[in-house]
Amino acid sequence: MAGRLAGSRAARELARRMGFMGSFRAGLSNVGGGPSLPVEICRRDAGGVSPCISSRVTARPGGEFPRGKVAFVAEMEFLAELLKERINCYRVLDDDGRTISGSSFKEVSKEMALEMYSGMVTLQTMDTIFYEAQRQGRISFYLTTIGEEAINIASAAALTMDDVVFPQYREPGILLWRGFTLQEFANQCFGNKYDYGKGRQMPIHYGSNKLNYFTVSSPIATQIPHAVGAAYSLKMEGKQACAVTYFGDGGTSEGDFHAALNFAAVMEVPVIFFCRNNGWAISTPTSEQFRSDGAVVRGQAYGIRSIRIDGNDALAVYSAVHAAREMAISESRPILIEALTYRVGHHSTSDDSTKYRPVHEIEHWRTARDPISRYRKWVQRNGWWSDENETELRKNVKKELMNAIQISERAEKPPLSELFTDVYDVPTSNLREQEALLRQTIQRHREDYPPDVPL
Amino acid sequence: MLGLMRRVSMSGSIPTSMLRQSLQRILPGLAILERGYSTLGKEMTVREALNSALDEEMSADPKVFLMGEEVGEYQGAYKITKGLLEKYGPERVLDTPITEAGFTGIGVGAAYYGLRPVVEFMTFNFSMQAIDHIINSAAKMNYMSAGNISVPIVFRGPNGAAAGVSSQHSQCYGAWYAHVPGLKVLSPYSSEDARGLLKAAIRDPDPVVFLENEILYGQSFPISDEVLDSSFCLPIGKAKIEREGKDVTITAFSKMVGYALQAAEVLSKEGISAEVINLRSLRPLDRAAINASVRKTTRLVTVEEGFPQHGIGAEICASVVEESFEYLDAPVERIAGADVPMPYAANLERLAVPQVDNIVNAVKRACFRSVPVAAAA
Repeated sequence: MAGRLAGSRAARELARRMGFMGSFRAGLSNVGGGPSLPVEICRRDAGGVSPCISSRVTARPGGEFPRGKVAFVAEMEFLAELLKERINCYRVLDDDGRTISGSSFKEVSKEMALEMYSGMVTLQTMDTIFYEAQRQGRISFYLTTIGEEAINIASAAALTMDDVVFPQYREPGILLWRGFTLQEFANQCFGNKYDYGKGRQMPIHYGSNKLNYFTVSSPIATQIPHAVGAAYSLKMEGKQACAVTYFGDGGTSEGDFHAALNFAAVMEVPVIFFCRNNGWAISTPTSEQFRSDGAVVRGQAYGIRSIRIDGNDALAVYSAVHAAREMAISESRPILIEALTYRVGHHSTSDDSTKYRPVHEIEHWRTARDPISRYRKWVQRNGWWSDENETELRKNVKKELMNAIQISERAEKPPLSELFTDVYDVPTSNLREQEALLRQTIQRHREDYPPDVPL
Repeated sequence: MLGLMRRVSMSGSIPTSMLRQSLQRILPGLAILERGYSTLGKEMTVREALNSALDEEMSADPKVFLMGEEVGEYQGAYKITKGLLEKYGPERVLDTPITEAGFTGIGVGAAYYGLRPVVEFMTFNFSMQAIDHIINSAAKMNYMSAGNISVPIVFRGPNGAAAGVSSQHSQCYGAWYAHVPGLKVLSPYSSEDARGLLKAAIRDPDPVVFLENEILYGQSFPISDEVLDSSFCLPIGKAKIEREGKDVTITAFSKMVGYALQAAEVLSKEGISAEVINLRSLRPLDRAAINASVRKTTRLVTVEEGFPQHGIGAEICASVVEESFEYLDAPVERIAGADVPMPYAANLERLAVPQVDNIVNAVKRACFRSVPVAAAA
């Protein structure tokens, strides 16, 4: 870690003494072009600094400003608000699940490919069944990841368990990949005593210390600067791991997004910013969310290496995240990935998206552009999967889910003792008094206390 | 001695304990003499107290680091973090871009993953730009994650009115933050408070809001050897009786403690003995100490600089009415700032914040308007 930091810190130290930041490139990686200017330091005087800079570049009219040299031009030219062409989108498989000739991607073994495929199917089945459970009134709330299974599972597959995940809320597939069981998902949704969250949060607000997945938090985009802070912590530790944070197209409008990206670039921390551009933020289409060419161009604006990928292509997602992770860790830098996709489901069980978008559009993305069937074609063509396997898998997952829901539904709710814990590390005296008073009241009026709440 | 010399250059004076230790190595017989040195009459400004507390905690635990605008190169907007960048390097003293929401969120994220950040707000007025992270991301997280994610973070900075900085730089946030379960809220007055409470805050596993005061930074207070020791720590949730009295209880925190003490001095000349309680901790509030005092004196005046409605005094009043109603001989008096955004003009500003006279008058009202406990039918 010392080696990794030394270059940039020595450079900053030198620049600080020279009185301006980052104006020379010695020791810093020269991404983005531009000639490197060798620098001779003449002297350091009390009033400031007068470095002598000799440039080997052929003379172009230019001048020094804080942060370096710029070339002057006589024509007044405004940069266009949009480039002539949108930034290209990386994909490996075509819509029919065939590898595009000439495509470069990270190979997957049969074992990994099948694990990814069954993960995607499990996620889709879990979503369908929990959604139904909410509609039947068995849980109070749910939101699905339908259409974004490739993003969830393939990105998780490209990470390691040491990589710290900061989700928004449409990424339970990462938890699933890491080993969260269907029973554990069900327990959280039902808020029973086995819920790791002790019944404190709404459904789908999963979290797991063991699996390095930070508890889902409702406010949008707050996890983005959190991820940068955690990445900073990883950098200090010198760990070979990165922080990864997910958010939607809507989340990129929050102030936290901008502050976090800017900061991550300045701090040079190993973090992957994964934007799930699924076209909709509840009922707000991206055309009303921003006027830039998506999220990818904003990475460059902050000095962050970025890529746009086909989010419904499992292999593209896998390859891009794999490469991003390597760069983030080895170069200690943030990377932005914008995955284009479509939110096939409603925003949540509190939403009916047919009210603001055409049903045929939803159906098109559910069928013709479905990431699971596209990937399935590739897997089956490799001879690794069959229709029988498919039926078997879906049947087993569904059975396991129904069983898990039954068990969760019948399990006891969290006890009263958990009402007052964890507000602080150690309960304060006023909390202890309140609990004591409550228990006394319960003793005196036993018949008024609900029978289904354990003490 | 090298460490000693570095200390001298930073804090401008040699801490007695270090001097004693160094001399003892040279002159073992000094132990006999040293007893005479124990009351050297040392003084320390609040600024030095905070700086030394930060320095010692950073030295003791490599996970402690500082973030904020101007905390590094500039030595701190109010010089509280002076010398720390040079001593600990840019990885542990981070000069942040101008984004309270950004650096607070990043600090919380670092705390989630095991570091112990101390985040500075140039004034707590600017913390409003980051308040979502303080409340939703920090205060509530341990509870929401069922104890899986603790947030050992400290938010510190000047709070309340300074002088001539107008409404967007003068609000007191004590009531706002003390309202929230999951946060601990401290507000020091003296240098001893500053050192002990900041060290306690940094060591605490819960998120702590640490409300300082710009005017107090330059004020000197006498300080004992015990306070100068690097292991010195004050308990969170305990108030201090700054001055004992028997006729009336005055509660205050931060700068107002000084005003309350001055008022007590004025009152003592008129035969009224006031007990001044320095709250030190707004959440948890030391209700036991406040109520014990009120039961002794039977009268209460609360003093704060912030806006009156839903303020600290309101909570103290409610607590006393709930627990010590029969002991009160007069209604509780609340002294607070005027219910207007802080004006700039010096004459108006003076009228908008409590002055010593206001406290004296309130005490007199509480003393002369007594109602007998058992009202005749």
